Amino acid sequence: MQCCGGNGPQAPDQTISGADLSLLEPVLDQYKGKPGSLITILQKAQDIYGYLPIDVLDHISEETGIKAPDVYGVATFYTQFRLEPIGKYLIMLCMGTACHVNGAGPVYDAICDELKILDGETTEDGLFTLNNVACLGCCSLSPVMMINGETHAKLTPDSTRKILRELRKYDKEQAGKEA
Amino acid sequence: MRIVVGQGSCGIAAGASKVSEAFEREIESRNAPVKLELTGCCGTCYLEPVVDIYDDNNEKRTYVMVTPEMAGEIIDVELHGKAPVESSRISDEDLEAQEKQKKVALQNAGHINPEDIDEYIEKEGYKAIERCLKEMTPAEVIEEIKVSGLRGRGGAGFPTWFKWNAAYQQQSTPKYMVCNADEGDPGAFMDRSILEGDPHGVIEGMMIGGYAMGANEGVFYVRAEYPLAIKRLEIAIEQARERGILGKNIMGSGFDFDLWIKAGAGAFVCGEETALIASLEGERGMPRLKPPFPAQKGFWQQPTNINNVETLANVPWIFRNGGAAFAAMGTEKSKGTKVFALAGKTKKGGLVEIPMGLTLREVIYDIGGGILDDKEFKAVQMGGPSGGCIPAQLLDTPVDYESITKTGAIMGSGGMVVMDETTCMVGMARFFLDFTRKESCGKCIHCRMGTKRMLEILTRITEGEGKEGDIELLEELCERVKEGSLCALGGTAPNPVLTTLKYFRDEYEAHIYEQKCPAHQCTQLLTYTVSETACVGCGICKKNCPTDAISGENKEVHVIHQDLCIKCGKCKTVCPFKAIDVE
Repeated sequence: MQCCGGNGPQAPDQTISGADLSLLEPVLDQYKGKPGSLITILQKAQDIYGYLPIDVLDHISEETGIKAPDVYGVATFYTQFRLEPIGKYLIMLCMGTACHVNGAGPVYDAICDELKILDGETTEDGLFTLNNVACLGCCSLSPVMMINGETHAKLTPDSTRKILRELRKYDKEQAGKEA
Repeated sequence: MRIVVGQGSCGIAAGASKVSEAFEREIESRNAPVKLELTGCCGTCYLEPVVDIYDDNNEKRTYVMVTPEMAGEIIDVELHGKAPVESSRISDEDLEAQEKQKKVALQNAGHINPEDIDEYIEKEGYKAIERCLKEMTPAEVIEEIKVSGLRGRGGAGFPTWFKWNAAYQQQSTPKYMVCNADEGDPGAFMDRSILEGDPHGVIEGMMIGGYAMGANEGVFYVRAEYPLAIKRLEIAIEQARERGILGKNIMGSGFDFDLWIKAGAGAFVCGEETALIASLEGERGMPRLKPPFPAQKGFWQQPTNINNVETLANVPWIFRNGGAAFAAMGTEKSKGTKVFALAGKTKKGGLVEIPMGLTLREVIYDIGGGILDDKEFKAVQMGGPSGGCIPAQLLDTPVDYESITKTGAIMGSGGMVVMDETTCMVGMARFFLDFTRKESCGKCIHCRMGTKRMLEILTRITEGEGKEGDIELLEELCERVKEGSLCALGGTAPNPVLTTLKYFRDEYEAHIYEQKCPAHQCTQLLTYTVSETACVGCGICKKNCPTDAISGENKEVHVIHQDLCIKCGKCKTVCPFKAIDVE
C-alpha cells in the first residue's frame, strides 16, 4: 500500500486532466453533507472519470470541506483508486493463493514480456493496463485473468500471449473499420 | 419443467450466462413449456456451469460442464423422455462427495433464486426473526446463541453470544449491527458465494442480531470486488423493505430495523474490526488500540457489533432448528459446521460445508477427490496470510479451532489451498509475505518494515542468494513483528513463515546451502540439461530458445550452454521427446 508521502499526486494543476467537474455535481449534492461519505464520493468519481484526476480530488476537497491531504490520503490508501488513466483494456490478473499455486507467476511474466509493462503500468499506445489483484474468487478455474469484465481461465503463458495478441489484432481491425 | 442455471461469480466465469442465454433461445424457438431460472453457487465449482432440471414432480437431474451448444439437446431429452445425455450428467461419485457434507450456512445457496424473496420465504425464510420478535426477549435470543455454541467464522472463533451480549449491555444508543463482508483472504470465497446465493439468509441473521443487541440500523461492508454480491444484496434489501420485513414496526412487534450497503475500496486490513469502522467512517482503514472495544465505542463512537457473513448465515438455521441441534454437530469446543473454499491442486475445487471435527484427510481426499494428476500431497494452507501450511504427517488433524491452531495454522475464514510436490514452500512463504507487505497499513513500524525485510530475505533465498544465518534472522524478525504489531494483520503475518520453517526447514536449507529448489519452482536455482539418451537431435529446442543457448547438429545430441541459459523453460515445454532434464 502506498504511503501518502510516497508516489502520491503532484501539485494541483487545473489543466492536467481537463476533467469536466460539473459531471460530479449530482454526486456531491447527494453526499457532501453526509458524514463518512468520502470513500463513496471517490468511488462514484472514479466511475465517472475512469480514474481520479488531481483536479477532481481538489474539487472534492473544496466542496466537502475535507482537507486535501485527507482526500489524497484516502485515495492513495485503497487499492481500488487509481490516480492515472487506464488503458482501453484493463487486465486484472488474479494473484490469489490458488492461482499462485497453479502458476500465476509465469503468466505474469508472459504478460510483462508481451506488453513490456509491469504491474500497475499502461502500454505506451494506451491499449493495455495491467493490474494484479488479490483474488477474483474463481479459484477452481485458476490461473485466471479478467479483461474488461470477461474472464479467461486456466491460463498458461502461451495461451495468455495468444489472448493478448488476438485482442490487439481485433482492436486494430475495429479501428480500421471505423476509419 | 424448470431449468435452473447456477450463476454465482464462479459459474459466470465458467460461462453460465452464455449457457442461460442459450437455454432462453432454445426454449423460445421450441415454444417449450419450460421455466428458466437462476440460482447461486451450489459449491461444485469444478463442474461449472451446472444446470439443474426439475420435472413436473419436482425431481431433480443435474447436468454439469454444460456448454451453450448442449442446451437444445438437453431440452429435447428432458421434454421428450429420450435417452439422457449421460456424459454430461453429474456422476455418482460427485453426488457422494456432496452427501458427505452438511449444509447449514449454504443450505439455500444453489437451491433457490437469490433474486426472489418468495423462494426464500418458501424455505421457511424470515420465520426465525418472526419467532424471535414474537416469542423471545433479546436476552433469550442471546441465550439461544450461547446454547448453540456458535463462534465467529471470520477467523478468530470468538463466541458470538459474547459479542452480542457485550453490545446488548451497553446503554448508549443508537447501536449498530455490522456485517463484515470484506473477504480479503486470497483464496477464499465462501462469503461471496453465501451473499450471491442466499442474501436473505444473511439479512435475517443481521435482523436477529440487531434485535438481540438493540440496534435499529445495520450495515453490510462488502468488498468492492464483489459487484454481483452487492447487486443481489441490494435487490434482497429492496424486496424485504417492500414486504415490510425491513423498516418500522416489523411484523407488528414495535422493532424497527433497516440496512444499507457500504462498498469497501480494497484493503485487506479492513477485515480488522477497528480498521473496518474507520473505513465505514470514510477514512483510511487503519486499526486502533482496543479497548475500547467496538461493542463499547464503535461506529461513530456508538456500541457496534461486527459479525462475519458465514456466522450470520448460521443464525436463522439456529432459530428454526434450535441451538441444541446446532450444538449437536461438531466437536466439544467447535460446534456446528464450517464452510471451506477448497482450491489449489485438488481434483474437486469448490465450496464445501462440513461438520467440525472431520479430518483434513477426509476433506481433501473424500470430498475433494484427492490431488490433481494423482501427485503427492505436500501441504494444505489454511487461514490465508494469517495462517500456515499443514504438512502431510498432520493430515489426520480434525478440523476444529483448537486442533488447527495447535499445528501453527489457524482455522481462518475458510481458505483451504492444497499443495503438491511441485509447490515450493519457501516460495509460498514469500507469496504471503509479499501480500502482507503490500497490505500493511503502515501504522506499526514492526509490521511495516518487518514484513518488508522478511520479504527481502525470502526473495533472496528463492533467487539463490540466501546466506548463512538467514533462517535465524527470519525467526527473529517473526517474533519482533508478532510482538510489535497492534492488530492481527501484523500479529499473524509471520505465521506462513513460521509454519513452513517448522515443517519444511529442509527446503529452506536446500535453497541456501545446496542452491537447490526441491520443488523445481525457483527458476534461478534450476539447471536445464539435455538427456543424451532421450535427445534425437530434432532441433526444436534450438529453434525455440530465445537466447540461442542451445547448439547441436541435426540428429545429434544437443547441448544447453549454461552461461547463456535464462532458465525460461521453453525448451522443456516444446521438446516432443521429454529430453530436457531439470535439476
